[in-house]
Amino acid sequence: MADIVLRNISKRFEAVEAVRELSLAVNDGEFLVLLGPSGAGKTTTLRLITGLEAPDAGSVMIDGRDVTHDPPGSRDIAFVFQQYSLYPHLTVYDNLAFPLRSPARRVPEPIIRKRVEQTAELLHIASKLNNRATRLSGGEMQRVAIGRALVRDPSIYLMDEPLSSLDAKLRAELRLELKRIQLELGATILYVTHDQVEAMTMASRIGVIRDGQLLQCGTPREIYESPSSSYVASRLGTPQINFLPAHLLSDVPVPPGTETVGIRTEHLQIAARNGGRMVGRVHRVEHLGEQNHVHLDYKGEMLVTLADPRQPLQSGQEVELHLVHPLCFDRAGQRVPAIIH
Amino acid sequence: MTAAVAKSVLAKSTAHSIVEASPRSKAVAGGLVILYAVITILPLLWIVATAFKSQSDAIAYPPKVLFEPTLEGYVNLFTVRTRQTPDFIAKLPPPETWYDKLVRQRDMVIAGPSKVVPRFVNSLIIGFGSTFLAVFLGTLAAYAFSRFRIPLADDLLFFILSTRMMPPVAVAIPIYLMYRQLNLTDTRLGMILLYTAVNVSLAVWLLKGFIDEIPREYEEAALVDGYTRLQALRKVVLPQAVTGIAATAIFCLIFSWNEYAFAVLLTSGEAQTMPPFIPFIIGEGGQDWPAVAAATTLFVVPIVLFTVLLRKHLLRGITFGAVRK
Repeated sequence: MADIVLRNISKRFEAVEAVRELSLAVNDGEFLVLLGPSGAGKTTTLRLITGLEAPDAGSVMIDGRDVTHDPPGSRDIAFVFQQYSLYPHLTVYDNLAFPLRSPARRVPEPIIRKRVEQTAELLHIASKLNNRATRLSGGEMQRVAIGRALVRDPSIYLMDEPLSSLDAKLRAELRLELKRIQLELGATILYVTHDQVEAMTMASRIGVIRDGQLLQCGTPREIYESPSSSYVASRLGTPQINFLPAHLLSDVPVPPGTETVGIRTEHLQIAARNGGRMVGRVHRVEHLGEQNHVHLDYKGEMLVTLADPRQPLQSGQEVELHLVHPLCFDRAGQRVPAIIH
Repeated sequence: MTAAVAKSVLAKSTAHSIVEASPRSKAVAGGLVILYAVITILPLLWIVATAFKSQSDAIAYPPKVLFEPTLEGYVNLFTVRTRQTPDFIAKLPPPETWYDKLVRQRDMVIAGPSKVVPRFVNSLIIGFGSTFLAVFLGTLAAYAFSRFRIPLADDLLFFILSTRMMPPVAVAIPIYLMYRQLNLTDTRLGMILLYTAVNVSLAVWLLKGFIDEIPREYEEAALVDGYTRLQALRKVVLPQAVTGIAATAIFCLIFSWNEYAFAVLLTSGEAQTMPPFIPFIIGEGGQDWPAVAAATTLFVVPIVLFTVLLRKHLLRGITFGAVRK
């Protein structure tokens, strides 16, 4: 196992600046998730670490060694691609054995057999070893793809949205499995996704990335509870955080310089009218079973929050809103430290 | 109606078929296919049949569908014969083989083997040799064009294609002069090089299309796993490009196998191929259509065999489903 350090790495594809002066450290045994929308430079970052792309500037260190100019094969990395990228002309067994059969490694066949069987066991695909790779279901294919990374015991694992093409149920299942495997192996994993649930559930730390820049890096709890900017705040949380212009909240105390107030569902309490100053109108109530999505109209701004389904709320009804420790942001969207009540 | 048939055939032919074709449209489609097969196969059958006719049956009018088969055409194709007087033939010792006997019935004796075997061997060597070279070079070039950032790649590709825009015969005279200068006229090597040069443009373009369709992730995965570029090409790309390579090889072989104009111009003896040799049979001692038909039959066999052998690879769909876009 090993750590990864990126120093001021940049990569440009003609007019597009995919990665800008990005610095990042992934510690040994850590599960770091890079979270960002498509086109944010996540995949390019992985490809730079792998050596499939050469950086325009900056350096890549793996386990203290500068590998910026090394070919991909000598970096001791396993890469799980976004697409399945299984070899359709090979069986599952041969697909799993492929990395071990690389001429650079020369693993004897009996050891290959053992490793492949162990990996297949770990991923619950042992019964499919003799199938053609194309004869598998989506979930099985993705397990094989992950298996191809695990079979090698590399120093680091890079995963590029490996679960994005699966259905929700399988995704949930494989999320748990990946986390279990990571803990079992003590593996260093750099994982890229645009799915906040994957980031929140699996990551030891999350790095939020946008336009090729790393905005904030921290534990899921840190990122969620104290986002450094309104953008980072908007990446996590369902329903998405609500933003209100600060001037609409004349009677709520906000720190100086606050331009926008970010209100997550836990920052907002709804009560029957009882003389409070902040009054909103229920626009629509969506019943999700264990909770309700409530859409509120507050001075022309739409707020979405969760509510207890037992709370009787009807569209058109006027309710009192109470804010509890909302997040405050300045004109540039940077976080303003809150006043402690 | 035709559109409906075409649609139903199409629906049947893909794995993603949603609507099952009705029995009626299936029957109509089947009928059309059989009709087409008859139209295309009939001339071929006629040639095969003519090869087994006697010379008089071959030119009989109205054409004979039923006839007494004879191997005379094949015997004439493989031998050189001289005409003799019946007296001379009567004096000879009795014929040793069935073909000696057959020839003597026509007042002739066999003087030796004809040149058909060496000509056929020439065709095989030149046809398959140039096909191999064109596909080999084409694969490497197509891979490079498909995967690397090559300066002026589009212009280079267009240049390669432009060699095909003129009928090859238009450059016959310069090529003839060049070949004379280089002592390549009437050599197998010369013909292999010439057909390779003509075919390689087709090969590059066809194969580039096929290789473009193979996702890069496959090779990249192999590179990360410690394979070199060439190893990745051999272990990952080529097995998946088999379909394209097979199709390209068939196109190249058909061209070099059938090529007539350059073969007439540049070969006369040593390196002569079948296409200029076959009409040469016609002129030899009357119009020997059964012998021509026999030669044509033999000439068609390798192409048919090659196509049948590669048929399995021509069916697409091997790579579908393993990569999701």
